[in-house]
Formats: sequence, structure tokens, C-alpha cells
Amino acid sequence: MSAALLVEQLLNGLQFGVMLFLMAAGLTLIFGVMGLINLAHGSLYMIGAFAAAAAAGWTGSFFLALVAALMAAAIVGALVEMLVIRRLYDRDHLDQVLATFALILIFSEGTRFLFGSLPLYIDTPDLLSGPTMLPGGIEYSKYRLFIIAVGLAVGAGLFWLIARTRIGIQIRAGEADREMIAALGVDIRKLYTMVFALGAALAGLAGAMIGPIQSVEVGMGEPVLILAFVVIVIGGIGSIKGAFIGALLVGLTDTLGRIMLPQLFGMFMDASSATTVGASLASMSIYILMAGILLFKPSGLFGGQS
Amino acid sequence: MKLKTLALAGLMASTSTMALADDVSIGMITTLSGGGAGLGIDVRDGFMLAIAQSGRDDIEMIIEDDERAPDRAVQLADRMIQSDDVDIMTGIIWSNLAMAVIPSATAQGVFYLSPNAGPSPLAGAGCHENYFNVAWQNDNLHEAAGAYANTAGYGNSFILAPNYPAGRDALTGYQRMFEGDVAEEVYTQLGQTDYAAEISQIRNSGADSVYFFLPGGMGIAFVRQYAESGVDIPLIGPAFSFDQGILGAVGQAALGVHNTSQWSHDLDNPTNVAFVESFQAEYGRLPSLYASQGFDTANLIISAMEVAHPDDADAFRAALEAANFDSTRGDFEFGPNHHPIQDIYVREVVMVGDVLTNVIVGTALEDHGDVYAEQCQM
Repeated sequence: MSAALLVEQLLNGLQFGVMLFLMAAGLTLIFGVMGLINLAHGSLYMIGAFAAAAAAGWTGSFFLALVAALMAAAIVGALVEMLVIRRLYDRDHLDQVLATFALILIFSEGTRFLFGSLPLYIDTPDLLSGPTMLPGGIEYSKYRLFIIAVGLAVGAGLFWLIARTRIGIQIRAGEADREMIAALGVDIRKLYTMVFALGAALAGLAGAMIGPIQSVEVGMGEPVLILAFVVIVIGGIGSIKGAFIGALLVGLTDTLGRIMLPQLFGMFMDASSATTVGASLASMSIYILMAGILLFKPSGLFGGQS
Repeated sequence: MKLKTLALAGLMASTSTMALADDVSIGMITTLSGGGAGLGIDVRDGFMLAIAQSGRDDIEMIIEDDERAPDRAVQLADRMIQSDDVDIMTGIIWSNLAMAVIPSATAQGVFYLSPNAGPSPLAGAGCHENYFNVAWQNDNLHEAAGAYANTAGYGNSFILAPNYPAGRDALTGYQRMFEGDVAEEVYTQLGQTDYAAEISQIRNSGADSVYFFLPGGMGIAFVRQYAESGVDIPLIGPAFSFDQGILGAVGQAALGVHNTSQWSHDLDNPTNVAFVESFQAEYGRLPSLYASQGFDTANLIISAMEVAHPDDADAFRAALEAANFDSTRGDFEFGPNHHPIQDIYVREVVMVGDVLTNVIVGTALEDHGDVYAEQCQM
């Protein structure tokens, strides 16, 4: 494998990783702070993508579409928290899974009702379309670089928010002891709604950014949701840092595994069975990674002791 | 509860006697919701257009949605055969659903005419006298693509398909005809949406052409990302990823791509010209190849009904075999295994006005049948 191909694949893995981070950050915050398993997180990703597609269709501007996606996902997230999720905090995880699974069905059918069954598409903005030349003569898609940049910026923003602001203190305190911070006069209901809306907005942003490279269709969120769960389990539930490291690990493992495993098997097998075995094993690679990490760190890389 | 069941039974009895004895009842199971709904809707619309144009009032249609789920398709088929007593069945889009439904339907004496799926077992050892495929055997368009790559002068192809039976068949079909080298053979996950890693491999592979079979949303994602990546190795695909129904979603990225198809809206024969015009007038969109397949299937059934009623199975089967109808494809005939022998064309994606569409630029294979026919014993 040439150096150029390796760098390109590392960038691909990084881009996939930061995408997963945007999904996983919200999921892990919501689980960490409220103890809620939210299966409907993938629906918020889908809502972001559809909102972006609709807004891009009306206004023709991709950047307005991103704003629309953030707003739509945050508003839907806040509404869902107030109408449904709020009733689930004291229930056990099975009830939460059932209720949020019902939300998936409602959002999927609702979206199909509004937008139809055919996939929608978002055009890449002119500014970001096409490839660019990186140092070392490597050609790479500008849009994917943009995703990496936005993902890293959002990651930095989240660290700052959690570590340096008053809201961050409240969120961390809420994770540690929710009765105590309620007793200290923090409006815990408002905090929960806010955290949920923040997580939703990040998922919506991820959906909107992925729109131009994939198709926007009903059910697009669920495959990503599964990977996001893998990420937060690897990273340790509730930890933003864990979500970030976990997402990059999963992104790189998946991308490099897809390329290298078939080649590895090609060294001692004939070509066609090597590609089949390699491809099959590559699709398992992230789960093997997860199992390996859990073997040594049962609560994930940055998980607490709880 | 008991009263309700009784009333229901009475109702069912009365509806089943309502159909006149010599009416022909057709059961259509196709995908009308969920991923891939566009394909089923096009088959249905093409089919119903032909029925409407025939002006016949002795055809009773039962149309159901299989939601792309094999178990649901099997349930619907059982009901149609056992309670609704259909004479003919049609409509299934996907090969895995076809394999679940067709063998048992034909064994129960129902005629099955496939408007799309053409899995190889049903063309070879598992063929049946009551099963007809009006579209193609699954390998056909891929074989044509391999033949096209030869004539276009390509000598080194990068080939790509999802890791499932139809994907492996596709790459086998391509390599059956392609005489050049294969730079790399890559299998992706079924349902994969991001192809960055594969595209980087393509960029560094040194191939002079890329052949891919990625049906539905996978193909849309791949082609858009491919265009975005700046890799300029020419793409070749089967019609499925460049057909009318999804060209809008693929967008400008598809411009100039060559793809293989047994049909195109610009095929110049009177039946096709009339079909394209009336389909547009009726539904307000350009027909896809799936619509043409539905239209041909209905016209084949109607042509056989002119000769005999399906109850007279031997005469009806002989009339189907004769394929005495005007196909949108021009020449059309069945091989010994009831699969088409037909020309397969090369199309190029172009912009006509502000609509992306395909135009025929050549013929890849003439009077092409399939390699499984010799295993078929009826």
C-alpha cells in the first residue's frame, strides 16, 4: 500500500470517526446525565437530514440548510423530551427502550408521510465541491475535509462547554448526583430538556452534513445509531472524551479493516475467497474491537466505576 | 366474535362467487412501501397502463404490498392462491422474495410471470413450465457490461459489488464476458452508505475502468461520492443505478456514465414511442425500465388471453411461449427456459433540457439468452 493511499484512508477513517462522534456525543450525554437509553437518536439524525434537504430545496443555500437542521433537530428533541422522555426517567431501561423504539416508528412513518418513500438529495455547496490537493500530492474531497473540520470544532466546543462553563458544571453535577443538584436550586427539568436538545442538535447536524454525500431517506439513522452505541460502549458511557476517542477508533478500524483485511487474507488464500472472507471479517472488525476493549476495561476506556 | 367470523365468511363467499367464471384473476405482489418502493410502483403503473389500454373488463386485479419482506410475500401469495383463487401471479421485484414465492406458486398450478427478478436457480435446474421471466435473467445486464467494456477498449477493471448472492453473481457475470484483467475485486457490505475507502482504493488501483453493481440507495451514494472525489476513471454500471427513478437523486454526478439495459425510453419502435408518451401523459413522469417491464408483462398476458383462458393451461402456456405481443423492446422471444432472448443496449446518461436521462449509444449483446438454459429440463 502506497503512502498516499494510507494517508487518504486515514483521512477517510477520521472523517467517519468525527461523524460518529457527533452522534455518540449526544447519546452519551443523554445516557450519562439522565440515565436514559434513547433509541430514537437515529430519528433525530434523520430529521436533521430531511430538514436540511427541505431547507436546501427552498433556499438553495447549504449553510442555511445546516442551520435549519440544527434548529429542527433541537426543537423536535426538546418537544420529545417534554412530551415523552420526561415520563421515562424513573422507569427501567426496558420501558425506555420500548418507548423510544415506538418513537422511531412514529418518526419514520411520519417522515414518509411528509416526504414520500423516494430518497432526497442535497447538493454539495460549490465552495466545497470537488477535490483539493493536499501537501504531498494527495487529492482529497474538500467536502470530507469540511466534515472533519466541523467535527473537530464541535468536539472542541463541547469540551469547553463541559469543562469551562456554568452549564457544564451543572451537567457534570447532574451526572454525579441528580438529587443533590436539584436540592441546590438548579432547575433539573430545564437542564434535562436542554441536554436532550443539545444532543438532538448534534445528531441533526451529523445527518445534515452526511446528506450531500449519501442519500436522505427514511431509516437512514438506524445503522449509524448502532455504531454510535458501539462507540459509547467502547469510550465509556457518559464520557465525552470517551465518545471522541471511541469514535475515532471505530472510524479508523472500520475504514482500515475494509481495505487491509482482504489484502491480508490474499497473502495465503486465492483471490476470490480472500475478498469474501476479508470483507466478511471487516464488517465484524469494530465488534471485535469492542469485545477486545471490554475484556480489559469492562466499563469502557473512560468509563466510571458505576 | 363468532357472529363476526360468520359474517366475514359469508362476505368472502359472496365476493368469490361474484367474479364471473371466465374472468381472469391476476395477483400482483410487489414492493410499494419502504426502501425500493419506487421499483414496485413503476412496475405496477406500467402494468396497469397496459391493462387500461387494452380496454378489457374481464381482468380482475389484486395488488398487494410485500414491504420487501420475504415472509410477508409468502403470506400474500398463499392467500391469493388459496382464497382468492388467482390464475396468474406477477410483480415481485427482489430475487430473495422471488425464490420464496415462485417455486411454490408454480407447483400449485398458478402461472407466474416475473416483471423483474431473474434468479439463476429459476433459469436453470429449478425452471418450471408455468414460470416465465419477462425482464431478464439476473446475470444478463452484467454480462452485457463486460461485453461493452471489451468494445470500449478497457483492459483493466476495478469491480465492486455488495457481499450477497446477487452481488457475487453480478461480478461473475461481468467477468464471464470481460476479456481484460481485473485490477481488484471488492465486496462491500449490503446497505453500506459510505464508499470513501473503496474510492481511495480505486484511485490507487491503476485501473482504466470501474464496474459496480450497487442497487438502490447504495448506488446513489457511491456515484455521488465518486464524482465528489475527483477520481476520473470511467464508470460502467447496470441500468439499475442509472435508471429514471433514481437519476434525479444521483444528480449531475451521473452525467456521461455508460450503463447496460434491455430497454431505454428512446428505443425507436412504435410500441415504445406510444408507451413513453402515454406513460408520461398518465403519470406525469418519464417511465423507468421497471415500468417498461411491467407494461410488457401485462401485454404478454393479454396477448395470451386472446388465445386461451388460463384454465386451459396447455393452450395458455403455448400462447405465452409464442410471445405474440408488441414489446417496448422491439424484438422479443423466449428461450427454452422461458427467459428472454433479447438485445441488450449500452446507454449513456445525458441532460435533455433540465432532465437527466439515458440515450442509447450502442448494442452490447444481440439476441442474448443466458448460460443456465441448458440446465433447464421442463
